[in-house]
Amino acid sequence: MTDTPLLRARGVRKSFGQVEVLKGIDLTVRQGQVVALIGASGSGKTTFLRCVNLLEEHDGGEILLDGEPVGYRGEGAARRRLSEARVSAQRARIGMVFQQFNLFPHLTAEENVMLGLTKVLGKDRAEARETAGHWLNRVGLAERRGHYPYQLSGGQQQRVAIARAVAMQPRLLLFDEVTSALDPELVAEVLGVMQSLAESGMTMLLVSHEMLFVRDVANHVVFMDQGKVAQAGPPREVFGRPESERLKNFLGRMHGIFGHFEE
Amino acid sequence: MMDLSMQPGTFLFEAWQARWSLLNGLGVTMLSSLWSIVIATVCGTLMGVALAYGWWWLRLPARLYVDVMRGIPVLVLILFTYYGLALFGIDVSAFWAGIIALSAFATAHVAENLRGAVQSVPAGQMEAAKAIGLTFPKRLWYVILPQAFRRMLPPWVNTGLEIVKGTTLLSVIGVVELLLASQQIMARNYMIIDFYLLATVMYLIINFALAQLGGLLERRFSYLRY
Repeated sequence: MTDTPLLRARGVRKSFGQVEVLKGIDLTVRQGQVVALIGASGSGKTTFLRCVNLLEEHDGGEILLDGEPVGYRGEGAARRRLSEARVSAQRARIGMVFQQFNLFPHLTAEENVMLGLTKVLGKDRAEARETAGHWLNRVGLAERRGHYPYQLSGGQQQRVAIARAVAMQPRLLLFDEVTSALDPELVAEVLGVMQSLAESGMTMLLVSHEMLFVRDVANHVVFMDQGKVAQAGPPREVFGRPESERLKNFLGRMHGIFGHFEE
Repeated sequence: MMDLSMQPGTFLFEAWQARWSLLNGLGVTMLSSLWSIVIATVCGTLMGVALAYGWWWLRLPARLYVDVMRGIPVLVLILFTYYGLALFGIDVSAFWAGIIALSAFATAHVAENLRGAVQSVPAGQMEAAKAIGLTFPKRLWYVILPQAFRRMLPPWVNTGLEIVKGTTLLSVIGVVELLLASQQIMARNYMIIDFYLLATVMYLIINFALAQLGGLLERRFSYLRY
């Protein structure tokens, strides 16, 4: 393991109009780590995640991927956005799975996974098909490769979306509340795939309300509150010794929904 | 009523006599329609993309073009193109002047329809395409446009029908398309009702086929659901 963290955020700021959503986020993700962002809605978790992948543009601070600034170069007045080609190349190294799956509806499951392989990584179709087959098999959907998204259940669609992201062999995988839009009985199959990825050493940054999953799978938990990191540490520490009233309240509310998850 | 025997002076006889003029007119109608649809589809797609994603200096002229074109009667546009281009010393045949005018008109419609279609594709599609690292042109070509084309199919077929009907206006600048060919035949045999009816039926057949083609394409792409 190298000393340079895989992802390092320093003082990341972001406003939507007058509302400051991120008020200086510091966060580090090391190779192989699973980091979970938790917090009430509106705390800025999803916005931060989207900044990492440049789906939102942060106004200040910096995000470094393998030591290289994401999206921008220069500071202050000299701050410039990187070219479209550079930004796209950076995004290719970061995978993302969305709450609403966002599979391409005009492509089959296999073609969804293949698109990035052929058009971004430049693999030939045969090789891309093989890679897609491997990952679809890995998420348990080998026999659904020819299905269009509308022919798949929500859980299956989300697993295809995970295969699509991970097939690119990204340095980092982002998960944005990926089980929130699923029927309760479909949540487990998606969490199972995520757990198996985590165990295989995939570096992951996830926003989740699945506290049991976070407790069991994450190495590091970050509680965000009103655009700031309020507490961060191993799950045992964050869940077991909440430092602020707000975290206690938040965990209490989650507790009501999911039952016991303290040690 | 129509006499269906093949004696001179009957409709069938006259139609047979005039078959080559009629077929020629039909050919000109189909050819000018086809060219106009193809040109309008290509130019309209580019302009629609400019409308949806362009920088302001690209979007503004495109917007202006669409609004101006939609406000001008097609006939005025055709006459203006035919005589106007000649004024600037550009020598085009009536046939091509007509195609330019019809394409220019339909381009505006295609552009506006495409803009609407592109903007109705859920935002998550663009984000997912970004997330796998596709550059903007590839995001458009592989993800957004295939979905947008499916959505704009019905209005696109409409534009095609309008173009086919619009080719009748080319008769005004002397293009011998189906309508003018029919009128020239009537000038010889005075069978006005018969040959207007024949022209009507032929236009109906073309447009019915076009609408069927649209329906076929819609079913072909019916997997596009959300």
